[in-house]
Amino acid sequence: MAVRNLIDGIREAMHEEMARDERVVLLGEDVGKRGGVFRASEGLVDAFGEQRVIDAPLGESGIVGVAIGMALNGLVPIAEIQFADFIHPAFNQIVSEAAKIRYRSDNDFHVPMVIRAPFGGGVHGGLYHSQSVEAFFMHVPGLKVVIPSTPADAKGLLKSAIRDEDPVVFFEHKRSYRLVRGEIPDGDVTVPIGKARLVREGKDLSIFAYGLMAFHAEQAAETLAKEGISAEVIDLRTLLPLDREAILASVARTHRALIVHEANHTMGAGAEVAATIAEGALYELDAPIRRLTGPDIPAMPFNTPQEEHFMPNPEKIAQAARELLAL
Amino acid sequence: MARTKESPKTTSSLGPAEVRKTYRNMLLARTIDERMWTLNRAGKAPFVIPCRGQEAAQVGWAAGLRPTDYFLPYYRDLGVMVTLGYSARQAFLSLLGKGEDVTSGGRQMPGHYGWPDRHVITGSSPVTTQVLHAVGIAYASHLRGEDTVAATSLGEGSTSQGDFHEAMNWASIYKLPVLFVVENNGYAISSPQSKEMAVQDAAERALGYGMAGVTVDGTDFFACYEATLQAAERARRGDGPTLLEFKMYRLLPHSSDDDDRTYRSREEVEAWKERDPILRMQKHVLDAGVLTAEENEALRAEVQAEVDDAIAYAEAAPYPPVEDMFTHVYAD
Ligand SMILES: Cc1ncc(C[n+]2csc(CCOP(=O)(O)OP(=O)(O)O)c2C)c(N)n1
Ligand SMILES: [Mg+2]
Repeated sequence: MAVRNLIDGIREAMHEEMARDERVVLLGEDVGKRGGVFRASEGLVDAFGEQRVIDAPLGESGIVGVAIGMALNGLVPIAEIQFADFIHPAFNQIVSEAAKIRYRSDNDFHVPMVIRAPFGGGVHGGLYHSQSVEAFFMHVPGLKVVIPSTPADAKGLLKSAIRDEDPVVFFEHKRSYRLVRGEIPDGDVTVPIGKARLVREGKDLSIFAYGLMAFHAEQAAETLAKEGISAEVIDLRTLLPLDREAILASVARTHRALIVHEANHTMGAGAEVAATIAEGALYELDAPIRRLTGPDIPAMPFNTPQEEHFMPNPEKIAQAARELLAL
Repeated sequence: MARTKESPKTTSSLGPAEVRKTYRNMLLARTIDERMWTLNRAGKAPFVIPCRGQEAAQVGWAAGLRPTDYFLPYYRDLGVMVTLGYSARQAFLSLLGKGEDVTSGGRQMPGHYGWPDRHVITGSSPVTTQVLHAVGIAYASHLRGEDTVAATSLGEGSTSQGDFHEAMNWASIYKLPVLFVVENNGYAISSPQSKEMAVQDAAERALGYGMAGVTVDGTDFFACYEATLQAAERARRGDGPTLLEFKMYRLLPHSSDDDDRTYRSREEVEAWKERDPILRMQKHVLDAGVLTAEENEALRAEVQAEVDDAIAYAEAAPYPPVEDMFTHVYAD
């Protein structure tokens, strides 16, 4: 097993699933010859042809709506949204259609499909190439929301998403594409949707995160370890359905909870994690729950100092952990 | 409704001084563009979205309108902005996200224009959203009985978005004074026009909405300028919107993050360089005696000096204070 980038895991999962199952198709802007603007689909059009790797006209409602039709008629589409910031034209198709087709038809119809979208900031992307939009979709029963943080999980979770019988919104942190490296198991290894990952055991506090922030939390835990603080790190991996059991079990071990995400504070994924702890493990807590998040401003500014101020990072996570332990 | 293809123009209602001004605007846009690219390649600017190849159309359509009109340009429209008085300093302040950036105080990526003094409405990155705003702006002007036009631009790929079709439908139903400017550079990132539409000319799309559609050679400043004047006149007369399509070529990759060798041949790019709008305009000003060869060299040097100054100024300028990022979420 060689050490690879996170984006290699994405590409390999798509490649292997398209080879394994001829119903799987990929559609999106620039996914063909260009191989996607981040190169996630590099080589796929050569391997599987233009009929299965489809350069879509520029329009996200079209991409997702057409993918729904394909799924209704026997294909398994992977719809790529070029940036998560541009998923909103497809919101109606995702929320009114994909999420509700099984339920509204009393199980007569269903749409096995994946909607992939790079999200997150720290890349000088300004307001509209930096957003974390996962919370909107977490609020929609009928969807699954998955976010990998390691190359191995990128591959294993995406394979599971493609094989899932229901629509999965799959967010990939664009900064992590080539920053986060790790081994990717060869062959057909899947990672189950709905299960959090215990990244690192600890006894003083639990840090809950996902995507790039799970990577940063791990780095923060290493710093803290040198100071004699034992931080447990849980990578949530799936936001919907949330692995409540894993969250509660971790809090029962450490009695302190720090939740980290890059998305803004109010009504972010952290609110649901905090509520889960309050409902299920309040008496386990030795200190109030702490959330370290992006600020409640409309989006991430482009200029360097403000972008840096917006982003949580390992130092800020370690500092929040120290403060939580001082309580 | 009229569906026309404009023939080449070599003359216009513009006098020599105005032609010189136009040529200077095109040169300034080009020079800023070139130097932005260099700064990016030197690791000094994170992102550049080039206008190269589109200057004649951009300067042309902006020059064909009045200061009282409304402008909703898209990210490539540096030529539009320069024509409206946007300086090289402003361009580099925005490029580097400095606090003095007039478009957004360093908040937005470069190319996301907005300038209330010049009636340039703030724009976002999701393509084509501005096209509907242009319709609303035109509706409001119309309601108040004003004589203004709302002009908005977008790429040919962006005409695939639903917003574009909703906007054309609205504008034509209410005969609103809107100019839909499609800067057709042949590609939407890697997607050739043939993967964005099944018609030859984007302007054909106007027919289905009962409005005028005009296809113009976008490397010909005079043709772009005259077509805009006519469309604006039609709009002011109450004869409704026009879809103006300027056909040209994106001479550079989509952005500083793109590598166009993965999807188009070098031969194709080189062939289009022969039709560089700046060379065409330069030839015109020299042939028509608007400038002598020496005056042309002096003008080019003057523009370079302006850009040198702008880069030095912008590099030395401060970022906005961090705490400013929390302002203006709401009115208070
Ligand atoms: C809603 C939305 N989807 C995707 C993108 C990413 N994107 C930016 S520019 C672009 C291509 C636009 O092509 P075109 O409209 O032809 O304009 P050009 O860039 O060629 O001038 C794409 C896909 C975006 N900005 N907004
Ligand atoms: Mg284009």
